[in-house]
Amino acid sequence: MSRSASRRLLIVACTAIYVFLMLPLVVVFPISFSSALYMQFPPPGFSLQWYERYLDDPQWIDATVRSLYIGAATAVLALALGVPLAFALARGRFAGRLIVDRIALAPLVVPTIILSVGLYGLFAKLKLIGEWYGLVAAHTVLALPFVVLVTVAGLRDFDRALEQAAEGLGASRRQTLLRVTLPLLRPSLVSAGLLAFISSFDELVVALFLAGPNMTLPKKMFDNIMMEIDPTIAAVSVMQILLVSIVLVLIGRFGRGLRGSVR
Amino acid sequence: MRRGLLPALPALVLLFCFFLFPVVRMLGFSLEGGTLDWYAKALGEGLYVEVFWNTFEIAVFVTAICLLLGYPLGFLIATTTPAWATLGFIFVMLPLWTSVLVRTYAWMVLLGRNGVFNRWLIDIGLISDPLPLLNNFAGVLIGMVHVLLPYMVLPIYGAVRRLDPALVAAAQGLGASNWRIFWRVYLPLTLPGIFAGATIVFVLSLGFFITPALLGGGKVMMLAVLIEQQIHQTLNWPFAAALSAVLLALTLGVYSLAQLFTRQEARP
Repeated sequence: MSRSASRRLLIVACTAIYVFLMLPLVVVFPISFSSALYMQFPPPGFSLQWYERYLDDPQWIDATVRSLYIGAATAVLALALGVPLAFALARGRFAGRLIVDRIALAPLVVPTIILSVGLYGLFAKLKLIGEWYGLVAAHTVLALPFVVLVTVAGLRDFDRALEQAAEGLGASRRQTLLRVTLPLLRPSLVSAGLLAFISSFDELVVALFLAGPNMTLPKKMFDNIMMEIDPTIAAVSVMQILLVSIVLVLIGRFGRGLRGSVR
Repeated sequence: MRRGLLPALPALVLLFCFFLFPVVRMLGFSLEGGTLDWYAKALGEGLYVEVFWNTFEIAVFVTAICLLLGYPLGFLIATTTPAWATLGFIFVMLPLWTSVLVRTYAWMVLLGRNGVFNRWLIDIGLISDPLPLLNNFAGVLIGMVHVLLPYMVLPIYGAVRRLDPALVAAAQGLGASNWRIFWRVYLPLTLPGIFAGATIVFVLSLGFFITPALLGGGKVMMLAVLIEQQIHQTLNWPFAAALSAVLLALTLGVYSLAQLFTRQEARP
C-alpha cells in the first residue's frame, strides 16, 4: 500500500469511529423536537411540547436547580481544598508525599459504587441522607482528582523565576501568591473548576444512594428512563449537551487547553 | 521533613472523613460475626461466581474493542495538522463530558426493538425481524465502549506525540513500508500509552454501574449492579460489603500490577 492510500484508510476508519462517538449525541436532537406522543423515529413533525413539559414540571425544575447549586458548591469546595493539595504535591517536600498523591487520586480508581455504599451506611447513621451538603462533600471527593491533576500540570509548567522576582522586589509571600502565582495559574484553575462542576452535575451513582427524596437531575433522569421513556428525556439531554458544549468552549477560551492536561 | 504538608491537610481531612473512613467501615461489615462466610458465599456460590466471570469477561472485551478503535483515533489526532487535531479533540471531549445517562438513553433509542437501527435495517430490507441489540451482552458492550473509548484515545495520543518524528523519518529513509514502520517503530514505542489506556479502561470497566444497569435490562449482571441490588433490594449489608471488598481488591490489584509494569518499562 502506498503512503497516501494507507493514510486514506486510516481517515475512513476514524470517520466511522467518530460517527459511533457522535451518533448518540446527535440522535437526541430530532427526538426532542418530535410531535409524536411516544418515541418515534424519524419524528413525524416538529413541536416544542417536550421542552414545555420539562419547563412546566416543578419536579424537573427542582432537580435541575438542585444539581446546579450542588455542582457550583462542589466546584468551589474542590478548588478550595484541591489547589492547596496540588501545591503541596507539586512543591512540598515531606515524608509520605507519594502516599498523599495516591490517596488524592484514589477516588478515580476506586469504583464509585464502593464509595457510594460506604457513604450510604455512614450518612444513614448521621441522618445526612437527602441533605444537599452531604452530596457536595461526596462529589468533592470525586472531583478532587481532576482539580489536582489539572493544577499540578499547571504548576509543572510554571516559571518560578517570576515568583522569585516578586519576592526579590520586596513582595511578601502572601502578596506573591495573590498577585503573581494565582493569576498566572488562572487558566488551570478555570479548567479545574469547570471540570469539577460538570463531574458533579452529571454524577448519578452517589446521588442514587445519598439524594434520598431530594432528586438531582441525573437521578430524576435515571428514574424516568427506568419507568417510562418519553421524549422529555431527549429534551433534557439536548440541554445537557448544550451546557457541556458551553463549558468546553469556556475551557477552550479561558482555561488551560484540554490537550495541555494530557500527559 | 514537613515542608509544605500543611496546605494538603484540609483536603486530606475531607478524604479521610468522606472516603477512607466510610469505605473501610463498610468493608468491615463483611466480617460480621467474625467469620468469612460472606466471602465464601461470594466466591463459592455458582450464581455469584458467574457474576464475577461476567464482569471480567465484559471488562476484557471492552478493553480490547477500545484499543482497536482508540489506537487509530489517537494516532490520527497526533499526526494530523494542528487545526484538524483541535477538531478531532473536540469530538472526543464532547462525548467524554456528556452525561453517561444521556448517552445511555440515546443508545436505548438507537438499539431498541423499535429503535432507529432496527427500523432502518428493516426498511432497507436487510432483516425482517428486529435484531436483539438491547438488554443483552452486545448492548452493554456498545454502551460501555462508547463511555470508555476517550480514556483509551488520550494516553495513546500522548504516546504518539512524544515519539521522536526523526525515528519515523529514518525508517522511511531506509525504505521501510508503512506496515513495517507501524510494527517496528510506532507500536513498540507507544506501548506505554497503550498500557496506560488499557489499564484505566479495564479498571473502570470492573466497577461500571450505569450502563449495565440500563442497557443490560437485568439480564447482564455485573458486580456493581449486584452490589447495588444487595443494598437497595435485599438489604444484605454484610454480603454487599464482601462483594465490595472483592471488587476493590480486584481493582487495586490490577491497577498496582499495571503500575509496577509501567515503572519497569520506564527504566532505561
